[in-house]
Amino acid sequence: MRKATTIRLIVIFGAVAALEIACRAGWIRRFTMIPPSEMAESVVRLFGNPEVLSDMRQTLTAIAISLGGALVVGFLTGAFLYAVPRARRIADPLLATYYSVPVFVFYPLLIVLFGLNAIPKTVIGFLYAIVAMIINTLNGLDRVPDVYWKTAKAYQLGRWNRAVHLILPCAGPYLFTGAKLAVMYSFIGVIGSEFILSSGGLGYRISFAYNNFQSDMMYGLILFVLLVVIVINMGLYAWERVLMERRGGR
Amino acid sequence: MDALVTVRGVTRVFAAKGAVGEVHALGPIDLSLSSGEFFAVVGPSGCGKSTLLEIIAGLSEPTVGEVFFDGNRVGGFVPRGIGIIFQDDASFPWLTVRENIAFGLKRRGVDTPTVRRKVEDALKLTGLQQFGDAYPAQLSGGMRQRVCIARTLVLEPRLILLDEPFGALDQQTRLLMGDELLRLWRETGATILLITHALDEAAMLSDRVGVMSARPGTFLEVVTTRWPRDRDSTIATKPEFGEITSHLWALLRAQSIKSIRETATP
Amino acid sequence: MTSASAGVRPKLERAGELAILIGLLLAAWQLMHHIAGDIAMTTPMETLRYTGKLLASADFWPHLQTTAKAFVIALALALAAGSFIGILLGFHRLSGEVAEPILVAIYSIPKVILYPIILLVFGLGLVSEVAFGTLHGIVPVMVFSMSAVRNIKPVLIRTGRVLGLSTWSMMRTILLPAAFPEIFTGLRIGFSVTLLGTVMAEMFGSKRGLGFLLMNALGVNDVQLIMSLALMLVTFAAIANTALMSIERRIYRLK
Repeated sequence: MRKATTIRLIVIFGAVAALEIACRAGWIRRFTMIPPSEMAESVVRLFGNPEVLSDMRQTLTAIAISLGGALVVGFLTGAFLYAVPRARRIADPLLATYYSVPVFVFYPLLIVLFGLNAIPKTVIGFLYAIVAMIINTLNGLDRVPDVYWKTAKAYQLGRWNRAVHLILPCAGPYLFTGAKLAVMYSFIGVIGSEFILSSGGLGYRISFAYNNFQSDMMYGLILFVLLVVIVINMGLYAWERVLMERRGGR
Repeated sequence: MDALVTVRGVTRVFAAKGAVGEVHALGPIDLSLSSGEFFAVVGPSGCGKSTLLEIIAGLSEPTVGEVFFDGNRVGGFVPRGIGIIFQDDASFPWLTVRENIAFGLKRRGVDTPTVRRKVEDALKLTGLQQFGDAYPAQLSGGMRQRVCIARTLVLEPRLILLDEPFGALDQQTRLLMGDELLRLWRETGATILLITHALDEAAMLSDRVGVMSARPGTFLEVVTTRWPRDRDSTIATKPEFGEITSHLWALLRAQSIKSIRETATP
Repeated sequence: MTSASAGVRPKLERAGELAILIGLLLAAWQLMHHIAGDIAMTTPMETLRYTGKLLASADFWPHLQTTAKAFVIALALALAAGSFIGILLGFHRLSGEVAEPILVAIYSIPKVILYPIILLVFGLGLVSEVAFGTLHGIVPVMVFSMSAVRNIKPVLIRTGRVLGLSTWSMMRTILLPAAFPEIFTGLRIGFSVTLLGTVMAEMFGSKRGLGFLLMNALGVNDVQLIMSLALMLVTFAAIANTALMSIERRIYRLK
């Protein structure tokens, strides 16, 4: 194992151990934080809690829908903007400033429009994720070397075949990067919205636990969400690296 | 001998765009390629060599004039029977060498056993047998060009167009690839049109060399080398080689100076 | 093409395209209002008018001040600490390597779920808000500062040594200026996410500030206020970001 990885594991382990000792020794009040070991226990207990399981399903469904929508609509929009340079030039300032805007300020408006149900948070997740997909789709298409368009003609490829067998595989890694970011943003959008205000879902359950002084439940949920997000992201990053390596960074 | 390719009065003018006026890039060009011959085109930068190749290939259309390939008019699309090798690496990094070579065959719906057989033949022909399962990223520039050549040859083109294919390679590799190209030419019997800015390469490899003027490019002269068919890079030692190369340079020198003056932009 | 014409026409075209974009957005807004009705939305004109009234009212300013104060402090902390630590991590290769995946992980989690922990540690009030804003902002600043230092061309360091400069002098006159453009990008992104963090903190657990006003407005279904606040925050963020981007472009051009 590489040196940096070893050190990192030691650092993380050390931090967790320090936290454990500090909590158990009473230096950190129980009211503020429970020991990491109990957090872990709490995570396991979550799976026996039917309400929490229902929250998990709600959150995951909302993420899946917003992500799916962001990927498809984002890709198609990116492809459209690439094909119509005028539209791209018009949309460009919007794309450039999009992520500087605190998208959650639209959440109350969405609640007014759709009610306090699953729709507003799904829309936020979608809105947050879609532009990452659009930008990376454009990036991937931009990077298709000029010679490929001529090569397509040299093999008498029609538009569909050219797109499927040439353009998409070529832009693939960049589309994957966009997808990876979209996953991240869907999670943040949905769970963030649930946390601020919602009728269900993991984010809501965390804020509920906080408001009702249920430390065990709260920390269990927080740890669970952190673990899920980190594992998914690590997996995607690793997969992305494999894809890029095989291509020699093209 | 029948002319495989006939170029008649081809001219290419790029229309005015914004503040840039009309550009008369090429022509008029008249050219006839016999079946099985090796023809090189040399000329100064910007003279329109690549434009000519693209017009012959069917990648773009001439403003005036026509091109005939195998008796049929070329226009709007690349006819089957023409293969093109570009200067930029067009190998597909997401496919192995084998899959790269199989690409054109698969798009034509050729059945798998035939594809496999033809790909193996192409690997042998281009000396890539050991690299069948490698990815282009693992290969050198010269080998990647070989993959592109194999991918083109496997479709058995009658006319092979090469646009400065060895431009990105170092000199030694270029010479070796030149020998390779001659060998492939003999074994396939195809007609070859090679665009190059290297005079020695043109003189060494071809039956005839077309020398183009500065923009708008027209043929100043077509030099016949009279080399035997079974030649290789060792003909560089023959005295005729030096004569041909000097003659080409004598023709080109004035053109190159002219071209540099005109294309120097503020 | 002369350089004069190369500059003027694109500028006119760009202004025209921007006008089209804004026009399209306003049209979409108006259309949505048409579909959703007055109960759910206000038109662009109405929103502007209400915003004007809001800025004139005495009740509004304390909230704006709260948010502004929290934002500025959080931003200052994020920029200072983030760039300092980021630069250190950039120079010390091993530390940087160790830290990088951790930073990436922090960047990807919904940081809002950590807010309860911050509240428990710091209690309700300004400190928590600032802490949360800083938590958001410090990450991109650190990441970009680290990357900027790593990307310093080795030839620059060698030049410094050849000139016989002390380490501190070399940093001050050669290395940090070289790294500055990329650091600035981190600052620009840090600006936006700190704003996001500050407002979100207020949206969840606060008694003052724009975020609080926003959620409060939702509670009493004050649609005009909701839209007005959203418009203000969006406009502020967009204009600030655009300004920072044009400064950034100029900085990069000097390189």
